[in-house]
Amino acid sequence: MREPIISFKDYTYHYRAQAEPTIYHINLEIFKGERIIIVGPSGCGKSTLAHCLNGLNPFSYPGESTGTLTICGVDAAKSSIFELSQSVGTVLQDTDGQFIGMTVLEDIAFSMENDCVHKEEMIRRTYEEAGKVSLVEKLEAAPHELSGGQKQRVSMAGVMINKVPVLLFDEPLANLDPAAGRDAIELIDHLQKDGEKTVIIIEHRLEDAMHMGADRIILMENGRVISDSAPEELFLSDRLIKAGIREPLYLTALKYAGIHLTGEMHVERMQDLMLEENHKEQIRKWFAERKAKEPAKEKPEVLRVDGICFGYTPEKENLTDISFSVREGEMVSIVGKNGAGKSTMAKLLCGFEKPDKGNLYYEGEDMSGDTIKERAAHIGYVMQNPNQMISKPMIFEEVAMSLTLQKLPEEEIKQRVYDTLKICGLYEFRNWPVSALSYGQKKRVTIASILVANPKILILDEPTAGQDFRHYTEIMEFLRELNEKGITVLMITHDMHLMLEYTERSLVFADGRKIADTTPQALFSDPELLKRASLKETSLYELAKQCDLPPESYIRAFIEYDREVRA
Amino acid sequence: MSATLSYIKKDSPIHRLTGSTKFIFFLIWSVAAMITYDTRVLVTMFLMGVIFFVMSGLKWKDIRFAVLFMTWLIVINLVALYAFAPEQGVGIYGTRHEIVHLFWRYSIVAEEFFYLFNFMMKYLAVIPVALLFILATNPSEFAASLNKIGVSYKVGYSVAIALRYIPDVQRDFHEISQAQQARGIDLSKKDKLTDRLKNSAAILFPLVLSSLQRIEVISNAMELRGFGKNKKRTWIVERPFKKCDYVAILVAVLMLAVSAGFMVINGGRYFNPFV
Amino acid sequence: MEKKSKFTIKSIVAIGIGAALFFVLGRFVAIPTPVPNTTANIQYGILSVFGIIFGPVVSMLAGFIGHTLIDLSWGSPWWSWIIASAVYGLLIGLAKKAIDIENGKFGVREIVIFNVVQIVAHGICWVGVATALDIIIYDETLSKLVAQSLTAWGMNALTTAIVGTLLLFAYAKTRTKAGSLQKED
Repeated sequence: MREPIISFKDYTYHYRAQAEPTIYHINLEIFKGERIIIVGPSGCGKSTLAHCLNGLNPFSYPGESTGTLTICGVDAAKSSIFELSQSVGTVLQDTDGQFIGMTVLEDIAFSMENDCVHKEEMIRRTYEEAGKVSLVEKLEAAPHELSGGQKQRVSMAGVMINKVPVLLFDEPLANLDPAAGRDAIELIDHLQKDGEKTVIIIEHRLEDAMHMGADRIILMENGRVISDSAPEELFLSDRLIKAGIREPLYLTALKYAGIHLTGEMHVERMQDLMLEENHKEQIRKWFAERKAKEPAKEKPEVLRVDGICFGYTPEKENLTDISFSVREGEMVSIVGKNGAGKSTMAKLLCGFEKPDKGNLYYEGEDMSGDTIKERAAHIGYVMQNPNQMISKPMIFEEVAMSLTLQKLPEEEIKQRVYDTLKICGLYEFRNWPVSALSYGQKKRVTIASILVANPKILILDEPTAGQDFRHYTEIMEFLRELNEKGITVLMITHDMHLMLEYTERSLVFADGRKIADTTPQALFSDPELLKRASLKETSLYELAKQCDLPPESYIRAFIEYDREVRA
Repeated sequence: MSATLSYIKKDSPIHRLTGSTKFIFFLIWSVAAMITYDTRVLVTMFLMGVIFFVMSGLKWKDIRFAVLFMTWLIVINLVALYAFAPEQGVGIYGTRHEIVHLFWRYSIVAEEFFYLFNFMMKYLAVIPVALLFILATNPSEFAASLNKIGVSYKVGYSVAIALRYIPDVQRDFHEISQAQQARGIDLSKKDKLTDRLKNSAAILFPLVLSSLQRIEVISNAMELRGFGKNKKRTWIVERPFKKCDYVAILVAVLMLAVSAGFMVINGGRYFNPFV
Repeated sequence: MEKKSKFTIKSIVAIGIGAALFFVLGRFVAIPTPVPNTTANIQYGILSVFGIIFGPVVSMLAGFIGHTLIDLSWGSPWWSWIIASAVYGLLIGLAKKAIDIENGKFGVREIVIFNVVQIVAHGICWVGVATALDIIIYDETLSKLVAQSLTAWGMNALTTAIVGTLLLFAYAKTRTKAGSLQKED
């Protein structure tokens, strides 16, 4: 019989600072060479489980454990973080935090330096590892010269250089755009096969992680393992839905068409899916019954960008000849690779930077000369990370800040803040410190602190990055409510679900130019455009093609139906 | 931003010296300039510094801003010194050669202006070498150099982390302050100083919290990769000492000896041409 | 033993990040003041926060490294003031013992302690250490140094009093637990 490389036996972990244990009675065995995906809603204990594997628990975050955890034959409780790091290599979610070296070369060699390896050997091994992740050309590069995907590859090389048998990835896809995410998963797949590694991936984006296939998916909820099975078995059950995890889209589509899923269909990955002719017929029948919605009436234009050119330095133009207009009450996604100019565009709209050429119009009036503050009265900007925006400890003060700075009368401030808090569903927390809120609620506080100034347009940078399905839905439904109240919403995003489910229009940027202005459905039916936007095809596109249906209309029908079902 | 000095990659005899050598050289040179007030020593050090700078192949435009800035600082200091104590030099050199009386207690006295000249030279003796240290040392070598001269590698690594994360912190600060400006925070305006300081806290608070988060992630990442495991550590960027490294250090040590030697000869820090 | 090693790594990182913050704020952020050619040094506010959170060794080295990097980026180090920054970091860090910031305690008592310590510490550093070193190294005139150092003392103490106190107050609020909070209608 095979010996497990990792074995949890009735394992419970209790942080010293917490009243209750965080994970309970875990029984789990992982064997050499297995690929495991761990999913679960935020707070389910999957990060705690990962910290137990790499030794951060209990050696960095003290706590008590009961039961046993054995890793490569070593009792983890009696080991040390250094010993465990010889068995389990961890690639963290934050690619900047993990990139400690000044250059790629130094970062890959970091752990060898700590082991006092000789310089010649370090250089030899660094070149070897850099080769495996195709970074030999970039060895001299500093972190800010690299893309997120490249930084992550540096982290992988830096971890693998120890010849660890187990690779642990903590949300490897959270900070990458979809195309880079697919490359990352393919690289992990390759490294796993090549080195016979055991791979454990913790990830929200299950369908994307499943691109490489998995031996097992572990589903966690409330600190317990509630499912441990082959992907097929899990997908045929309703456990994912019950736990609030988004299942792969093609599975939802099949279920909507009334198809009974069976093992013969190979449901674990889109590329393996076997559809019988009668299944396809069912999908076509479902599609035929769907009616396209009436397009909404065109509202007046609220924002117009006309021939904008801009460069941070005179040598390089970051935006070239950008023109588009936005109508009142629209919800628009701005998409494209990192560095394509999306955030720069947002900064120009908010007045943080001044265009070199071109004009910006708000409700038909040129606002090029307006200051940041004057713009803020019309256009609100919400940063990606709420922790980077919240500047007051108390919720009321935070939301009131922009009004207080204008020195408005106290009564008016109070009234406007309370009204805004009511709209944002935060009124009952008005006297709480911000730190007592969840991430989703903090996000609302930041939106409230902008809304209090009554802007007509909201620009949000990656509003849902790194959030699980429940938080994603919570944040997006809130934005939709605001949108229905008449606020125009522009979102910079990599999230394909967000684009498809919540926006009617996508502006696609590449290399500082706007290369498309179209519906998300059309975007996701155009493989060439997707590639330039650093996005990837969805499984719905593939499904439509297999059933000889027009992808654009099919994706639209699916999204509309899905919205009705979920509402 | 272009005003900030940073490493410029080149191939020159100065660049080829190891980071440790440049660091040691810079420290010894600073001490030599610090202890003395001897005009001859200081002028020699300045001229040698200029020669080293020429050897490095760096250009005037690389340092123009820094030189102008330093000149400005020195001038302010000289004016202040003269304004507060116009006869300081007389006290130091023990004689008084008045050239011209100006007004009130201010005169042009040879001793005072000689003292001010020396004060200026004390800075000028170090500036070329300091500039070289900054512009010709690869920051990757900083930590290893500190470690080599006996500083614990852990403290050395703090310096490496500071250099590594300065761009990240700067970007954070920039983004946070832009977003807060949109909410009405303004630091430059003619508000009351105390209000301006209060407002600055609204930008700094998110910066502090995100920095604390960053500290957490980085220390986990370092620990997971075995930092602090051993009493020593090796450095992939470290280069072995060559002959020229020993020569450079010897030059610095000789300079220090000369500086100290003249103190013995002069019977003090000052070279006194007035007696 | 494990705990001790963790303290060290976290401190090392805190020194580095603290120095980076000190540098960025000191080098690129200029808040004008009524005194000509003087800007408020808000970096001492942050350094004080690091002192209270991480203790004297971290804030001393963060101040030393951060100030050295600022001076080097201008062209040449002014050692007397660099050392004064380090001493300030050391002194303010000593107040950590009296302020239990990690458990959210930052009331009137703590505010008074913090400000007394910072005012005394700034006094020791700018009027004491920086002046003494300027005299030893540069033989500068005492009267010029007194004017210079009193300005520095006043400005830095005022900046720290406002920025440091506000930041610590806000930070302490993030350390309170949600347990006692109730929703209101």
